[in-house]
Amino acid sequence: MAKELIKGNTAVAEAALRAGLEAYFGYPITPQTELLEHLSARMPELGRPFVQAESELGAINMVYGAACTGKRVMTSSSSPGVSLMMEGLSYIAGTEIPAVLVDVVRGGPGLGNIAPAQGDYNQIVHGGGHGDYHMIVLAPASVQEAVDMTGLAFDLAEKYRYIVTILLDGSIGQMMEPAELPPMQPLKTDVPDWAVRGTNGGEKRVLTSINLDPPAQEVMNLRLMKRWQEIEQNEVRYKEYFLDDAEYVVVGFGTAGRIALSAVRAAREKGIKVGLLRPITVAPFPKDILEELTGKVKAFLVVEMNSGMMLEDVRLVVRGRKPVEFFGRMGGVVPFPDEILTEINQLVEGLLTTEGHPRDRWLARLEKTIG
Amino acid sequence: MVLTDTPAKLVYERPEALGTTVTHYCPGCTHGVAHRLVAEVLEEMSEVGNTIGVASVGCSVFAYNYFDFDFVEAAHGRAPAMATGIKRVLPDKTVFTYQGDGDLASIGMGEIVGAASRGELITVVFINNANYGMTGGQMAPTTLPGQKTTSSPTGRDVKRQGYPIQTAELLSTLEGSAYIVRRSLHNSREIRRAKKAIRTAFEVQKKGLGFALVELLSTCPTNWHLTPVEARDWIEERMMPVFPLGDYKISSAVADLKV
Amino acid sequence: MQKEVIISGFGGQGVLFIGKLLAYTGLDEDKEVTWIPSYGPEMRGGTANCTVVVSDEEIGSPFVKNPTAVIAMNLPSLDKYEDMVKPGGVLVVNASMVNRSVKRDDIKVVSIPANDIAEELGSTRSANMVMLGALLGNLELLSLDAVEKALEKHMPQRQQKFLEGNKQALRRGAAYEVSEPVMA
Repeated sequence: MAKELIKGNTAVAEAALRAGLEAYFGYPITPQTELLEHLSARMPELGRPFVQAESELGAINMVYGAACTGKRVMTSSSSPGVSLMMEGLSYIAGTEIPAVLVDVVRGGPGLGNIAPAQGDYNQIVHGGGHGDYHMIVLAPASVQEAVDMTGLAFDLAEKYRYIVTILLDGSIGQMMEPAELPPMQPLKTDVPDWAVRGTNGGEKRVLTSINLDPPAQEVMNLRLMKRWQEIEQNEVRYKEYFLDDAEYVVVGFGTAGRIALSAVRAAREKGIKVGLLRPITVAPFPKDILEELTGKVKAFLVVEMNSGMMLEDVRLVVRGRKPVEFFGRMGGVVPFPDEILTEINQLVEGLLTTEGHPRDRWLARLEKTIG
Repeated sequence: MVLTDTPAKLVYERPEALGTTVTHYCPGCTHGVAHRLVAEVLEEMSEVGNTIGVASVGCSVFAYNYFDFDFVEAAHGRAPAMATGIKRVLPDKTVFTYQGDGDLASIGMGEIVGAASRGELITVVFINNANYGMTGGQMAPTTLPGQKTTSSPTGRDVKRQGYPIQTAELLSTLEGSAYIVRRSLHNSREIRRAKKAIRTAFEVQKKGLGFALVELLSTCPTNWHLTPVEARDWIEERMMPVFPLGDYKISSAVADLKV
Repeated sequence: MQKEVIISGFGGQGVLFIGKLLAYTGLDEDKEVTWIPSYGPEMRGGTANCTVVVSDEEIGSPFVKNPTAVIAMNLPSLDKYEDMVKPGGVLVVNASMVNRSVKRDDIKVVSIPANDIAEELGSTRSANMVMLGALLGNLELLSLDAVEKALEKHMPQRQQKFLEGNKQALRRGAAYEVSEPVMA
């Protein structure tokens, strides 16, 4: 199929539909709304259910119900709406059924604003909902990658009976880029052996997240964790740029990652041996490549559109063996490449340290800039 | 008295759809009656194998242990949303929620109003026993003015704690509601009427006529601190004046329905 | 090779549309492109802007602080973006809507009375096309021919009746002779 110029939100909606999305439930919120709007037209055209729910609470619980039948279902929202969905996400995780969520992150906390941000990293990657669970989190950085990750999201969700979240931000949602959409897939016809479907003479199936007996609950927890280990083994994805001879490595995901690419290229033009590691799965986190780089490079710079959330995951791998610095913009402010280039220069010229916390040093620098 | 060898006539039998689980409900509680009515109706309609139930959070959180067919368990208040999800992807299945008053009329008010306003083709069995049973008898949205509960120890003061929510009346104002009635489980006559209403509510779904809800006034002797017999009287004397039995919404299509 | 254009004006001046037209042309010419609008409350009534990046390789940042070129459809846009144009870059100013001269002398300034030209051609609504034409005539970005083809191909059916008028506006803009002093 030929490439077309398409907006991120619309592209994800259409890609989901073509991946065999059987029902969509959502609630309008900027900067995610085009996704819902696109499906509000396309799903009925194809005779598939589309419901604009009464709230994000309603939407995620409709997804919960529909997912219990084994159908391919999804919802989408943006940060404040996703906060409301946390209850349902925990229940879905606790019931061990597949579902797909798209979070088009905006500036926060609170009502915040509608500009692009990455401040949902912790609530998505480290669990905003209660209890012991993980979600698989895909963080594409372009419209094409978002399209590709959408199809993958359903496959992974069903393979592991896990929730898969596609972590976007307002800019990927609103940006138009050329992308090639996948061909239309036929709808699934098989009903999984765990799904409710009406017994029709067969055995009774009950899907629930309740487990009043702690040892039995723990067995379930263990099962979830074992599956997570399997996911960590098999599903790590990342993209690397100029890493072969890199002495310095920038780590950034999604939009922050691609903005960093511009800075890395500019630094390379000046002869600085710097590379970029862009995690595509932020959960599971690409620990092995980071471990390998820790042995090879002089220092890391983590770049995010938040206060340093993935930074902690990087630090857990690097464990003080190499200096890690941080640069972030928050609240919907998007960093420009030259800001990151300045940080790279400082990394190369500055006194490298493994003492203290990179966030403290960054805050001190940031205060001077935006004071 | 002459004993004949005529076999005894079976007049009462456990519906197969109800399974053999021993009850965990308190003595004198009418949840069991409501369960039985649902099971009987589904059996009479030959819908047992075609039904997916949605349990809620409250005393009936384990409703799925009693019913011998597919079930899911919703988060507190979200059963109508979950039922919506199921019904929309499996429109030929019979889908119902079984919810208490705290679940439906307090934390889940948004979900039930949303479902009713959309005219979701689901059936709702709504148990109103004027308190939060599972957590030990706190004030519910349905608690009567002056009624003592563990969180209104001097009696519900409407000035501070508001008035009871009349769910059937409220939902009957919505265009998507096809069948909204209130019945009671406090005596055999009302139980028979309740069963007929439940049957109608499922028929409404089967025929695609709209959203259907049966509110059932139900006893809670334990938290009311009454004997089972006193509890039945309490429904009649105290609850029914605030929650009058009756048909609150019968759409014209439902009025034509022969059950 | 990568070039970036910021297009800015009042809502309703067709700012987002000419940005998309550039992006479509880039797509048809097998370039990498990004088009990103400012979105949200400001898109209803106030100022509107979008950033278009055209490149031969995978595009990093879709946001640009110092673009190769700026199209300023009105005075607030000129005030906001004049200082940001990359030295040696191009600034196209709608002289019909701006009552001051440009201060920068290290960039190429194309000051063009786009509204007046568009009105001459029959409708002020094509002022955006005049401005885009003026950019194409002064920056090696994408060919006028390619843009016209993209216009034909991607303009919605209901707007096809404006096709000829739009092409004319593009050409008039591209042919406009710059009268202001050119870069130092």
